[in-house]
Amino acid sequence: MAAIETRDLEKSYKTGFFRNKTKPGLKPLTLSVEEGEIFGYLGPNGAGKTTTIKLLLGLAFPSAGSASVLGHDVRDISIKRQIGFLPEQPYFYDHLTPLELLDYYARLSGVASDVRRRAVERALSRVGMSEHGRTQLRKFSKGMVQRVGIAQAIVHDPKLIILDEPMSGLDPIGRRQVRDLVQELNDEGKTIFFSTHILSDAETLCDRVAVLNRGELRGIGVVADLVCQVSGDVELVWSGPQAIPDLSAMGARCHATGEVVRAILPERQLDQALEALRSNRARLTSVTPVRATLEDYFLSQIGQAPDQQSAGKEVRA
Amino acid sequence: MIRTLRTNAAFAVLTALLLGASVLLVRQTDRLREGEPLQEVLYIPSPAVAKRLSLGYSSLLADIYWTRAVQYFGAKHKAKAREYAILEPLLDTTTTLDPQLVPAYEFGSVFLSQKPPEGAGNPQAAARLVEKGIRENPNAWRLYYDLGYIYWLELKEPSKAADAFARGAKVPGAHRFLNVMAAALTAHAGETETAVYMWTNILNDSEDPALRANAQRRLVCLRVDSEVKLLQDRVDMFTAHFQRPPANWQELIAAGLLRGVPPDPHGRAYRLVDGHVCLKDTEGFPFITRGLPPGNAQGDLPNEKGFHVQKSENQ
Amino acid sequence: MMGRLWAIAWNTFREAVRDRVLYNLILFALLMVMASVLFGQISLAINRIVLINLGLTSISLFGIVIAIFIGIGLVSKEIDKRTLYTVLAARPVHRWEFIVGKFLGLVLTLTVNALLMSLGFFAAVFYVSGKLGAADLPLLAAIYFILLEFVLITALALFFSTFSTPVFSSIFAFALFAVGTFADDMRGFAQMASGATRWAMMGAAYLVPNFSALNVIGRVAHDNAIAPRLILFNTLYVVVYAGAVLTASVWIFRQRNLK
Repeated sequence: MAAIETRDLEKSYKTGFFRNKTKPGLKPLTLSVEEGEIFGYLGPNGAGKTTTIKLLLGLAFPSAGSASVLGHDVRDISIKRQIGFLPEQPYFYDHLTPLELLDYYARLSGVASDVRRRAVERALSRVGMSEHGRTQLRKFSKGMVQRVGIAQAIVHDPKLIILDEPMSGLDPIGRRQVRDLVQELNDEGKTIFFSTHILSDAETLCDRVAVLNRGELRGIGVVADLVCQVSGDVELVWSGPQAIPDLSAMGARCHATGEVVRAILPERQLDQALEALRSNRARLTSVTPVRATLEDYFLSQIGQAPDQQSAGKEVRA
Repeated sequence: MIRTLRTNAAFAVLTALLLGASVLLVRQTDRLREGEPLQEVLYIPSPAVAKRLSLGYSSLLADIYWTRAVQYFGAKHKAKAREYAILEPLLDTTTTLDPQLVPAYEFGSVFLSQKPPEGAGNPQAAARLVEKGIRENPNAWRLYYDLGYIYWLELKEPSKAADAFARGAKVPGAHRFLNVMAAALTAHAGETETAVYMWTNILNDSEDPALRANAQRRLVCLRVDSEVKLLQDRVDMFTAHFQRPPANWQELIAAGLLRGVPPDPHGRAYRLVDGHVCLKDTEGFPFITRGLPPGNAQGDLPNEKGFHVQKSENQ
Repeated sequence: MMGRLWAIAWNTFREAVRDRVLYNLILFALLMVMASVLFGQISLAINRIVLINLGLTSISLFGIVIAIFIGIGLVSKEIDKRTLYTVLAARPVHRWEFIVGKFLGLVLTLTVNALLMSLGFFAAVFYVSGKLGAADLPLLAAIYFILLEFVLITALALFFSTFSTPVFSSIFAFALFAVGTFADDMRGFAQMASGATRWAMMGAAYLVPNFSALNVIGRVAHDNAIAPRLILFNTLYVVVYAGAVLTASVWIFRQRNLK
């Protein structure tokens, strides 16, 4: 049984003064997340990640298509006992202390009163907030609120945990801790579905990722497979003549440090390049493939140069 | 899709049912509050203060005061009240808030001046209110007319009344009967026909249902007065001839003095008591000056003093 | 279901009582009550009347402000700040449970709030009259009606919150309160109109919340008794009207795509 399954799930928004224009939020999406995996849902801001999550959780209603979670239609609210959710940039009742907040949520999720207290304390300690249990949330920093947010997503021991941008607002140590926690939860057999635009997190954590852009699914699969689709480069290092005209003609970028010269060029031109080096009597030191990253794949799918990408982000913010 | 439709329908029906029930309850509550003694409280006794408190929304507040005044009068009148303590201040506040609200002056001219239970019995206040209305609205010819009516019927000053009618007649667009009234009052201040003419004009000309109903009652009472006078004349002739009052109408008919006995406007026969013509029941005739049964309980009705019209007639 | 309703209601209450603004407003209302003792002393003959008029009016008006304030704040704010995501998205909570639970919590808050303010008020009455007795029972009825006003306005505030922004919600709610205060005058107007206007006005006059019947301050100030039937009708009215408003709120809210 799939943890999450969508079939032609679609959402368009009505905009304009008379609600007479439609703007697609999510183009028909068919997606399946297996139980027990860590699934990364990637895309730039505004790509439709949060829209998808809202449709999965019944916060918004699809224009067409259907979705099911843990084998139940999303309209069946009984299944929500098994779901934990951390919203993007969460905000909680800030008059409450974490202990009260988690107790409230556990109560709503139907955690029996005799185990509630232990469940709350355990969830708090897992996010490292045990000693702040009795401070009102209004006094917390953004990172601390984020941790409480994760605690509330796991307090009722759900099978599926959906995290919307869980790393945002965290410092490097916090990110590291969340990463470890996600791994730990996954080891316990929980399915994790998280959206992010921070690719390194996805690359280290995820079994599979999906890339979304402008409401459209652009690719889905195991990280290593996806990365392979992006053809790599090789790095040549040699000592000897600094400028080799043949290499420059191939489009290689050469960079000299004293005697040592480095050049990066597409893998398919490696043979030609080695030929050129030999004929120029250069002493070859090393040939290393430059591994493609998820970022390369991501950018190739989004079809934007990195600087355009960040400009887009600015506008969104 | 069908499921959504059905749920929507269910919600719509439930909301409508609950709202409907709430409307029924409002009606019940209103009915309950009608029976309660009216509140004789002016929350803001000074019209000037009320105007300042209205923060510039004075005409809206005036409308609210106007409604209050009408409802106050209506409720008290229904309960046959003999006192209308706050009618004058309510109307005064109303017209201070909105001096152009001519209907309020017209309403006040009638119901402030008429004697209880048909009004507050305060013709001076009515005259003051209408004078204020004329100051603010010199072109509203009806107000001159109302003023003339107060002077003529309630304050018994036909010369001032004629003056008011004459002033009104000069207003552009004024109805021609103002001239007629001015002339009639100078010549025939006391005649019933003048009064009938005036009330008929009000009946035909006024749009206010309360004023029209009042004019109708006035006309009916004038009819009673003239019928009673007619019958009494015949009875007096009989008494003079036979040296005793007639015992019943049959004797009058037998003597050839009457062809039959007309019913009063409510369809009941007139009674004959010791040679006096009177009504079987004075209910519904608040303005009559004649035909009161002997020892009538409505002792303090206007009849005692009588209208100027009838007084002059008797002289 | 009851457990969840109660949890939401209790959380709402807890949030409201931890809000400092609430206390400021209650304090202000109590200050007004105290001030009315002083006002009363200026005009000795009617000090009790002034105290009752001014005291109960302050309780009513400040209470209405509090009711709108927390009614809007606690629902619109949840939508605005997305706190209800964590309630509706990943907890087995129906949307109607959220609305009804919120409403119950608000009613609980307002009841406690009315209790606090009326304690201060009765202390003032005791100070002025030197005693409290059966003659003061109508005051209790007046305060009960004020509480009913709070319930009504909260239901309306909640209703507007389900589809509008906090600012507009509070404007709408306050406007309806103002209009409803003159509901009987509106019915008076309507009776004087004719034709289609009459029907339209009648419809509006009967459908706006009938706050006018809930204001008996003037009457109790003059020691008039309150008919038990009025208490019954007003209670039923508020239950039914608030029920209609809540039904409509749920109706709108359950179709709403949360942003």
